[in-house]
Amino acid sequence: MKIYDSVELAARNLRESVLRNSLTTLGISVGVASLVAMLSLGIGLQQLFSQRLHSSGLFDRVMVTSRRDLRGFNREQEQNGPAPADSPDLDEAARLNIEKIPGVVEAYPDLRFITELRFDDKPHLTMVSGMTTSQKGSDALAGMQGSFFSSGEAHEVIVQKSFAAELLGKHTRGPDDINVAEVAKPLLGRQIVMRYAERAGSNADGNSASYSVTSRELPLTIVGVTDLDPDNLGGAQARVFLPQKLLESLHAMQAYDFRDSTRATSAQPDYSRVIARVNGAAMVDSVEQAIKKQGFNTFSILDASKGLQTVFRIVDSFLLVFGSLALTVACIGIINTLVMAILERRREIGIMKAIGASDGDLRNLFFAEAGAMGLLGGIFGTLLGWLIGRAINIGTNIYFRNIGIPAEKILAVPWWLVAAAIGVALVVSLVSGLYPAARAARLDPVQALRYE
Amino acid sequence: MDSAIAIHTQALYRHYQMGSATIRAVDGITLEIRAGEFVALLGASGSGKSSLLNLIAGLDSPTSGSVRSGDQDLARLSREALAKYRRHTVGMVFQSFNLIPSMTVLENVELPLRFAEVERSKRGAMATRALERVGLAGRLRHRPIELSGGEQQRVALARALVNQPKILLADEPTGNLDSRTGTEVMQLIRTLNESLKMTVVLVTHETALAEKYARRLIFLADGKLVSDQLNAAKPRGDA
Repeated sequence: MKIYDSVELAARNLRESVLRNSLTTLGISVGVASLVAMLSLGIGLQQLFSQRLHSSGLFDRVMVTSRRDLRGFNREQEQNGPAPADSPDLDEAARLNIEKIPGVVEAYPDLRFITELRFDDKPHLTMVSGMTTSQKGSDALAGMQGSFFSSGEAHEVIVQKSFAAELLGKHTRGPDDINVAEVAKPLLGRQIVMRYAERAGSNADGNSASYSVTSRELPLTIVGVTDLDPDNLGGAQARVFLPQKLLESLHAMQAYDFRDSTRATSAQPDYSRVIARVNGAAMVDSVEQAIKKQGFNTFSILDASKGLQTVFRIVDSFLLVFGSLALTVACIGIINTLVMAILERRREIGIMKAIGASDGDLRNLFFAEAGAMGLLGGIFGTLLGWLIGRAINIGTNIYFRNIGIPAEKILAVPWWLVAAAIGVALVVSLVSGLYPAARAARLDPVQALRYE
Repeated sequence: MDSAIAIHTQALYRHYQMGSATIRAVDGITLEIRAGEFVALLGASGSGKSSLLNLIAGLDSPTSGSVRSGDQDLARLSREALAKYRRHTVGMVFQSFNLIPSMTVLENVELPLRFAEVERSKRGAMATRALERVGLAGRLRHRPIELSGGEQQRVALARALVNQPKILLADEPTGNLDSRTGTEVMQLIRTLNESLKMTVVLVTHETALAEKYARRLIFLADGKLVSDQLNAAKPRGDA
């Protein structure tokens, strides 16, 4: 019998006992739906987190700190390698060494300080940090209004939108409440005056531990307002960004400079933190290893996301196991329905054999019935799973909003999941059909036709 | 083998095991049926006539011996080859009609054509022609349950004919019919035998019916052949 005829006969048989077959198909749908709903939520959460991490623009960055510093990221890391007292200084020479490591595009000191910025004669306190010209076009600046710095030394500034709102005196509930275009419009091109403390070595030979501090003011032009948080690694987030070269030339007093005043050292200060930008996330690991060999502590967002990946893998496999249980129950449903159908259609199978159906014809017929139920169940199940996922998403968002967290899209149904769900439904149905199909094929026609 | 011989059984045995007892349903039957013959297998209930018919139909396999049809021995054929034999060489009619209730008359008659992988475009015409031959061209869209017993048996006949087999096997075809419709069906079978030169093997327990239509009467008892004779009373054209 041709495949088309098998399918047609199967379809008519399914229609004959429509209630039972619909219920069986519904069973598969529920199994597939639970699988799809759970996996799409798992994938959605994972995507949300990775996206958050990616938009930080820090995926290709390695933070380097000195072992002499107490502010290590990783206690375990500190216990290996040389003792803090024996480890090298994180100074200009160390920065140049790091820059020579293959895969490192640039290494620059992480300069940041809390200071006062005056706008319309009103003072505003915030954290200021630098931004290299290489960061132009990074994910972290997606949705930025205005433009990037015109040069590395330009007296220009980019502000984060929550700071922009503060400058305008707007009261907001959270970052999602601020429309970046709206706050950028009155600010772009305006002047803002930054006050800072300049550190100057007391003599030129650089052998004195003393230095002087002078208060200075620097007028800057606001050229950009960012939508995202370009500096969201670590606790102290900067909301105002100056060109890195300009910031370096200011010799602004850093918080850790006070440490130098209790210790005899050169006029050239140590850096608290150096950021090495790496040529692609794939290089991060090898660069980290090389920097550790030089005697420094390192940290990258990849270290953080590695732990996260493991967590997601565990969560996904739990979701998969529970989803599969429902699908297994559905498979037993298919086997039951088809075995019942064989008992009921014993005579019909006998007739078909008597008028020329081969074992293969009957096997294919039952296979086609199982496959049709699986395919329909898969399609409806995927749809149902998507709806359940949506419902959960809407539900959690209502909850989020009630407790003051912005709504998030935590559901993702990629095409491969749709295809895989329908494929899996079809395959498990066919596997479930194996036994009933073989039984139908083996049925002895003489026995089947003997009794009324 | 003589091409004029439709079926040849040689020392044919079919034994069933029922607990510790052995049922000798067919117990050493050697028989030749010539092409175009109209043979009646007669005997009491349990004499083995239906078992013999099932062996000839390729629905059952013998315990020993051979059933030859054309140049093949059914006892040696694979299940697939037996299905092919049932599809193309024999057509079967049963006492209880055995139509598929969920299908229309036309679909029932078309069913063997599906198994024979006849093109869809040709099936309708072939099934309709077979139904015309049994006088039911007007009932194509009806379900079997909407037809009388005689009509249902004629549909079953059309289904048996549709693949143009050489041999028609009929197992008590009038058993569920009253005498008038039974006669109609038997007339039809005789017409097929005479006009299409189909070999007919009729299983019945009614000697009178067999004497009226068959040309050769074979009596069975306890799985053994008791007598094999030409029908002396056979009146050609008494219809």
